[in-house]
Amino acid sequence: MAIEFRNVRKTYPDGTTAVEDFSLTIPSRSTTVFVGSSGCGNTTLLRMINRMVDATSGQVLIDGEDVGAIEPVALRRRIGYVMQNSGLLPHRTVIDNVATVPVLTGTPKAKAREQSMALLDRVGLDRSLAKRYPGQLSGGQQQRVGVARGLAADPNILLMDEPFGAVDPIVRDELQRELLRLQRELGKTVVFVTHDIDEAFLLGTQVVILKRGGVVAQIGTPAEILARPKDDFVADFIGAKRGKRRLTVEQQGDGDDLLLVDSSGYPAGLISAPGGRLEPVLSGGSDPKSRSVSNKTDQAGDA
Amino acid sequence: MLFLDAIDWILDPEHWREVNFGPGIGEELVAHLWLTLLSVLAVAVVALPVGLYIGHTGRGRGVAVVLANVVRAVPTLGLLALLFIALPLGLGPAVFVFLLLGVPPLLAGAYAGLESVDRQTIDAARAMGFTEWQVLLRVELPLAAPLILGGLRSTVLQVIASVTLISNFGLNSLGDFILGGLASQDYPQVVAGSLLVTALALLVDGLLALVERAAAPRGVSRGDGRTTARSRRVRTAPTGAPIAEGN
Repeated sequence: MAIEFRNVRKTYPDGTTAVEDFSLTIPSRSTTVFVGSSGCGNTTLLRMINRMVDATSGQVLIDGEDVGAIEPVALRRRIGYVMQNSGLLPHRTVIDNVATVPVLTGTPKAKAREQSMALLDRVGLDRSLAKRYPGQLSGGQQQRVGVARGLAADPNILLMDEPFGAVDPIVRDELQRELLRLQRELGKTVVFVTHDIDEAFLLGTQVVILKRGGVVAQIGTPAEILARPKDDFVADFIGAKRGKRRLTVEQQGDGDDLLLVDSSGYPAGLISAPGGRLEPVLSGGSDPKSRSVSNKTDQAGDA
Repeated sequence: MLFLDAIDWILDPEHWREVNFGPGIGEELVAHLWLTLLSVLAVAVVALPVGLYIGHTGRGRGVAVVLANVVRAVPTLGLLALLFIALPLGLGPAVFVFLLLGVPPLLAGAYAGLESVDRQTIDAARAMGFTEWQVLLRVELPLAAPLILGGLRSTVLQVIASVTLISNFGLNSLGDFILGGLASQDYPQVVAGSLLVTALALLVDGLLALVERAAAPRGVSRGDGRTTARSRRVRTAPTGAPIAEGN
């Protein structure tokens, strides 16, 4: 399910231009992250895919098919959508929230609930939460339910609009790792919007850095962007200018571990070596990109 | 004592059959409720669709507020008198007057109810692939039900109280006892009539309050920090530990 933006433009009736002439191909079965500060049109671009926003001109194509020609309701039921603050229906139980789309498309309720139970397992929620109402869950649990709901109709495309923006850093970290795991298992075409460059680098196979007006500042893999920021804007955005990404080896840790510090002298992480303190931790873990660097932001390993 | 006399008057079984060779309490009560019911139904037919339309689309709110306020300013008795002079006596004009009177509260309840629903919830429902009708029927209406029913309660209360006035124009209502009592200076009967109207209004309002309570969506906070979920509220919920799935 490749998605293609062709010279897409969005002008709102009040004259503001959210996106001017945007073109991009999103490869299927991978994660593309739109990252940029607010007002960069990233949410607008995301919502054009399921026609929550219609482009003023240009086309959005899914596997070559113009979404403009697809009836919006049918289109949306085929595409998973996860938003900030979950957007769950407060008057429905967790299980009914997850089963929303299958029930809309005519799956018998009992069957939809049964499938939804399996989805709770998949997103790491205890089945005992099924009969709760969203208001009775923590923010992180609500987001998990949101993800389960997005996956319920087994869509090929999953749109995620800042899904982890409103949860605390520890829960966010957990949810990010869960998403990576899910993505490895399911291989959806994920389009993800965030303001957080670290999140973008962690989750994205392809990262699209946007400037105001939906102008692409740089497209590439996290490694490409970190290694060769195209201009000052990108360098500034990813924190390279502030020296956050330039790490030097300061001293050795336990064994042959190497301690990394950034340009302001702040310890950023460790490079583990055989016999070092991190060895048992890392070999036991299942970090998807199996980095040999561990640090507070989890991303500097790309540097 | 006037009040006790009035109670005695109401409790007199004779008065339930016939008062001063006219209809008794039973018949007047039925007439009063019947006119109320017809009027409220008429109000619902007008106010619900309009209110839901305004609340759902956000269009026409200004116009509705102005119209409702204008209507509110019209004196009921004057309007009734005008219509009964202009039109033949009957239920129709009466229902029309109470319709005008009863529309504002329900209309306001309907659009305020829909406006109170979290925009993000509605946006999410749309993004899931709810049609506009499904958004209205499955998301907005259930969540707005308490406010809509609150509006309905105000309407019903207004109409029950105002129907008393119809006795001035020869139709039956509990107001007959008040007017008749005033004419014959039978003050226990006047108070009895007032008590009956008041009791009826409170009783119906109480019943509607129960309905409103029952219609409150479960899982949604009533504002007192608790939710209306029937299930026991659990304070700490087990966060899903990542589970191993063959990897």
